[in-house]
Amino acid sequence: MRFKLTSDIKVLKEKANQMRRNILIMCNKAQSGHPGGSLSAIDIIVGLYYSVMMHNPSNPKWVDRDRFVLSKGHCCPALYAVLADCGYFPLKWLYKFRKIDSKLQGHPSMVDTPGIEMSTGSLGQGLSAAAGMALGYKIDNNSGIIYCMIGDGECNEGQIWEAAMSAAHYKLDNLIVILDKNRLQIDGFTKDVMDSSSLAAKFKAFNWNISEIDGHNCKEIISILNKVIKNPNGKPSMIIANTVKGKGISFMENKPEWHGKAPNDEELEVALKELQ
Amino acid sequence: MKATRDAYGETLAGLKNPNIVVVDADLSVSTRTSKFAKKHPKRFFDFGIAEANMISQAAGLATTGKIVFASTFACFASARALDQVRVSVCYSKLNVKICATHAGLTIGEDGASHQALSDIGIMRSMPYMKVFVPADPNETEQIIRWIAKDDGPTYVRLGRNKIADLHDKFGKSYKTKFCYARAQKIIDGKHATIIACGYMVEKALEAAMKLVEDKIHVTVLNMSTLKPLDEKAILRCPKPIVTVEEGMLNSGLGNAVAAVLCEKAGKKDTRMIRLGVDNQFGQSGKPEELLKHYHLQTENIVRAVKRLV
Repeated sequence: MRFKLTSDIKVLKEKANQMRRNILIMCNKAQSGHPGGSLSAIDIIVGLYYSVMMHNPSNPKWVDRDRFVLSKGHCCPALYAVLADCGYFPLKWLYKFRKIDSKLQGHPSMVDTPGIEMSTGSLGQGLSAAAGMALGYKIDNNSGIIYCMIGDGECNEGQIWEAAMSAAHYKLDNLIVILDKNRLQIDGFTKDVMDSSSLAAKFKAFNWNISEIDGHNCKEIISILNKVIKNPNGKPSMIIANTVKGKGISFMENKPEWHGKAPNDEELEVALKELQ
Repeated sequence: MKATRDAYGETLAGLKNPNIVVVDADLSVSTRTSKFAKKHPKRFFDFGIAEANMISQAAGLATTGKIVFASTFACFASARALDQVRVSVCYSKLNVKICATHAGLTIGEDGASHQALSDIGIMRSMPYMKVFVPADPNETEQIIRWIAKDDGPTYVRLGRNKIADLHDKFGKSYKTKFCYARAQKIIDGKHATIIACGYMVEKALEAAMKLVEDKIHVTVLNMSTLKPLDEKAILRCPKPIVTVEEGMLNSGLGNAVAAVLCEKAGKKDTRMIRLGVDNQFGQSGKPEELLKHYHLQTENIVRAVKRLV
């Protein structure tokens, strides 16, 4: 059965809150993982799976489905939490995240996990693969949409720009990319590590449609996604989502050190209280 | 006479399955995928000079049920786009057939930057990857037809230069007959075995014929499937063994054969000589001049066998 979507903002906000809790619990149990970027991405992923994408958790390979590729693969706790809640796999799998013999690998593995559309983790590759899927859908006249999330740090990778060039060249207007612009990467602020300012102008120059939203505003997220889907114009679309790394947890927000660090038990307790 | 890349291009263009999609990176004239492009323009995609993007796009296409053939030069497929081969294709276990041309020393004048010498070892080290090196145009056609029906990551190593079909050069009984994961015994002899792949099979056959003049009778194995490797053939063939390849000694056919011998041959004779490029780059030159420089001519094989028997 197709997943039942909702446009009720209150429901979406509650889901996002619940997913934030799961992300933190997963990273705490694994004592590793990437909470910062997962928390900046989660509102968008919730918007996609609960409000926008045509998908079917009981038949993950349904041929006419919309697809989502998480190119910034290290933020998979956010995706795993959502996939489990949608019913792609049992919730208890979340607690074995990153552990030996787990179905939930440290970075997404499409061979191991139902609902994962592409194995990612080596940055830059997911966008190319998503473009390849969009091309495949075009060949088959499949009206499904391919969504992909990339990071602003990820835009350091040359492959992002190779993919951007080719997606515009092949007029992939069934490809919608969300850039989780949380302004941080492992070594610090993106402006200090490798200046990736004016990403909007750069993608525009590559002949993409550009829009910009607050990546934590559920209403803005679903309204822009619905608007973009309805207006295919022969160009791929880039939605630049301004986000906050570590969003929702006071001591994680805008702190590069929470890129790839798990909360200990005390930190988890404080964080979960903040989410109540 | 034609190159294995020619046989690839012709065979590919003739494949009937409408799910086949071909991608290239601005080398379609050289890799011969242009023949497919002319015949099926809607199923051919040129990604320009961007091999990494091409390989990940091929993986994305494969997830939509396409049988994807991806071509570029072997040096780029195996090195420049290696991370994409590793994660997008192999880790994702997708149906992408990387058919890479201009491999080995015999690309010639282009020199070291374009001579893929480590590709066999690199591709063999990727989980799920199957690796093939056809010996002649005839075998190329058989391998391309076979992989088109198979599922999963695949690497086929093809050459630039015109070579003879073995049955045209040596006679009917030398015809290449591809059998997946099986070495083909082209000559049966009891004193030693020469194991070769690609164009070097022709040199191995010439060497075997010269050795007969000295009453040395060798078996010649065409190891066209490099992975999975036909270990039984290696263990059963007459010892000692000489391996010949147009690539690096420290990672290719010779090393693979040596590993099988050392681990599994028990008390049998495990002596062997590996012929190939020894930890150095290639250089510009005519193909046969290069083979001479790197000791990969018929006489070198003859000498190696004589040293062992």
